[in-house]
Amino acid sequence: MTLSGSKVIESPADLEDLREKLRKQLKPSAKSVRVCIGTGCAAKGARRLYELFLQAAGESGNGVEIEAKCVGCHGFCERGPIVVVQPGNIFYQGVEEQDVGEIFRETVIGGRIVERLLYEDYITGEKARTADEIDFYKAQMRIVLAENGSIDPTSIEDYLVSGGYSALARVLRTMDPEQIIAEVDRSGLRGRGGGGFPTARKWRSCRGAEGSPKYVICNGDEGDPGAFMDRSIMEGNPHAVLEGMIIGAYAIGASQGYIYVRNEYPLAVDHLSRAISRIRDLGLLGEKILDSSFSFDIRINRGGGAFVCGESTALMASLEGRVGEPRAKYVHTVESGLNSKPSNLNNVETWANIPAIINRGGEWFSSIGTQSSKGTKVFSLVGNVENTGLVEVPMGITLREIIYKIGGGIKDGKSFKAVQTGGPSGGCIPAAHLDVRVDFDELTKLGSMMGSGGMIVMDQDTCMVNIARYFLSFLKDESCGKCTPCREGISQMLHILDRITHGEGETGDLEKLESLAELLTETALCALGKTAANPILSTIRYFRAEFEEHIRDRHCPAKVCRGLFLYEIDPELCTGCGICKKNCPAEAISGERRKPHVIDQTKCTKCGICLEKCTFNSILKV
Amino acid sequence: MPSEIIQEIVSRYEGDIGMLIPMMQDLQVEFGYLPAEALHRLSKQLELPLTRIYGVATFYSSFRLTPRGRHEVTLCMGTVCYLKGAGRISEVICGEYQIEPGGTTSDRLFTLQAVNCVGACALAPVMIIDGRYHDHVTPESALKIIHGLQAESETAEKGAE
Repeated sequence: MTLSGSKVIESPADLEDLREKLRKQLKPSAKSVRVCIGTGCAAKGARRLYELFLQAAGESGNGVEIEAKCVGCHGFCERGPIVVVQPGNIFYQGVEEQDVGEIFRETVIGGRIVERLLYEDYITGEKARTADEIDFYKAQMRIVLAENGSIDPTSIEDYLVSGGYSALARVLRTMDPEQIIAEVDRSGLRGRGGGGFPTARKWRSCRGAEGSPKYVICNGDEGDPGAFMDRSIMEGNPHAVLEGMIIGAYAIGASQGYIYVRNEYPLAVDHLSRAISRIRDLGLLGEKILDSSFSFDIRINRGGGAFVCGESTALMASLEGRVGEPRAKYVHTVESGLNSKPSNLNNVETWANIPAIINRGGEWFSSIGTQSSKGTKVFSLVGNVENTGLVEVPMGITLREIIYKIGGGIKDGKSFKAVQTGGPSGGCIPAAHLDVRVDFDELTKLGSMMGSGGMIVMDQDTCMVNIARYFLSFLKDESCGKCTPCREGISQMLHILDRITHGEGETGDLEKLESLAELLTETALCALGKTAANPILSTIRYFRAEFEEHIRDRHCPAKVCRGLFLYEIDPELCTGCGICKKNCPAEAISGERRKPHVIDQTKCTKCGICLEKCTFNSILKV
Repeated sequence: MPSEIIQEIVSRYEGDIGMLIPMMQDLQVEFGYLPAEALHRLSKQLELPLTRIYGVATFYSSFRLTPRGRHEVTLCMGTVCYLKGAGRISEVICGEYQIEPGGTTSDRLFTLQAVNCVGACALAPVMIIDGRYHDHVTPESALKIIHGLQAESETAEKGAE
């Protein structure tokens, strides 16, 4: 059922009445098909699957109530599109258009399982009927992502049925702002955007700051490449973010909220916009919310595409319609931020944790995690790992558990080389530290950082020098150019790394890199610059020999840096088909038809086209 | 260029200078890029120095000052896509069409955009054409998809004749 737009919820009692009404209308006997429409599944045609299921449900007409609905990201993007059938929570993966009829006939109507669409453990070969039986989900603990995969992100009704906005009603009815902040303080929640600053302390400072109006801001400018936690939260459960923001605004005394969303996330903008307009219609946003004296509204701003805008002062400059340049923070943004007014900025995941903390208590939240880092953290586990996707785990879990138990280990039977955490501000952690417990402080000690939650697994074929170069080149493009250390320092470091990856490295280069890195860390204006050297320092720290091999022997052991290894043809495997010869732009390959070919190393430009074109795997990197 | 469009966009945000970026985003939706004339008018309308507007237009990577091609080819250059060979894909496309990332082909068939991360890492390497995601692309499959655009537009042209 859908609520009519004009029905306004005027008091907490109205909200509970409505929730009861919605719950009563749920038929426990009803069957449902839930199709994941997160970006990963949608890219593989999940929208079309949803339409087909909807059509099938409409046509079934045999007196059975069948519901087809869209839900947010399940996290297991590797196996998408994902379809879950109720009753039974039957978990189908890799579903294609032609499977819709069978799922509908067999499972929805017949209650039988379609075996071939179940997830199969690649070690034991066992099939899993539900998500709970899959290792990828077993070791997870979902608070923020709890409702992803079960509620329709575009439906306020679904969110209300699952208990949504009860935390808001509770704080407005029974708690004063100080009590809310105390509860958040008890939870030990620290900012999920990367810095790990205690959330309650930030709220308290902003509440105590002089000036009016006050603002709350949600940082949805998820810029780290390889990270999509916030995207999935905004797409999959936008109301949780909004509810968190409204509660925060009440605690701080803010009257206006902003959500700054990355331009590359159109679905997140769409779902958030719809959610805002629904709660505004219903009276959960706007003047005198739920019969209290509290008024608050939220606006969405789309980012312009600048990584530096993830930094709080740059983001606020961008919200003011200016270029996103950070400023020195001797005056904190909680005192003078957006429009020089007290502004409290938190990350998407931080806001989304708030309703659960209010509902279940700060003590419950702080019972999860380690001494210094409480609760759970969402990571995007990606790269050369078997199970790519979004995982939410309790703080304190080891990297090994995440990568091997949840992630299923390294793809294609290769060996682990490093895991990169914290995006361009983080670092690469080698195998020797896989048993470290993941929390804010432990990762920092290793020269990396928690960051916003990107976790990129790299296998033996990854060149660490090249990865360091990649991050630096990223940061060079994204440096705003305001302060000299960042603008010039990154360029100089990149120049040195360019030389090394081209086989022109010199003795002393590593020392130069280290001293530039130190300079940058100590003198750059904002966090982007201060942490820019982390990818370099951590790779030099753990993979120094690999750097030295590039410099001394002009050799790339991972055979990634072009020019620092050779291509050869394996005469055993070469069939003499001539494709490589035909495609070689340097005319470096010769040989008679049906006889093994050879590469003339003096002519070869090492472009790698022969390797791409050969269908017999006979081109070797040596 | 009708000045009503600019007026309408400015009034959409009640002339609030803080909303300069959304205004420019709307302008770009309207024209496909930011025409110089539109920016001049915007500057007059808001009584804001043109340098400030150009500052914003050139700072943020999503703004374009030149017309785009008929199709938009977006190549993800996030860490995972890069690890899985996105660099080579970009090279091959640029080589074949003699363009640089950010550039438009001489026949205006498409604009190639290299972006930092589209957050679809399970599909890496990812290429998005006019909003449609293509997963696990290789240099060959990427070229094949773009050749498809070319064939499509040639058939359309013939049909028009």
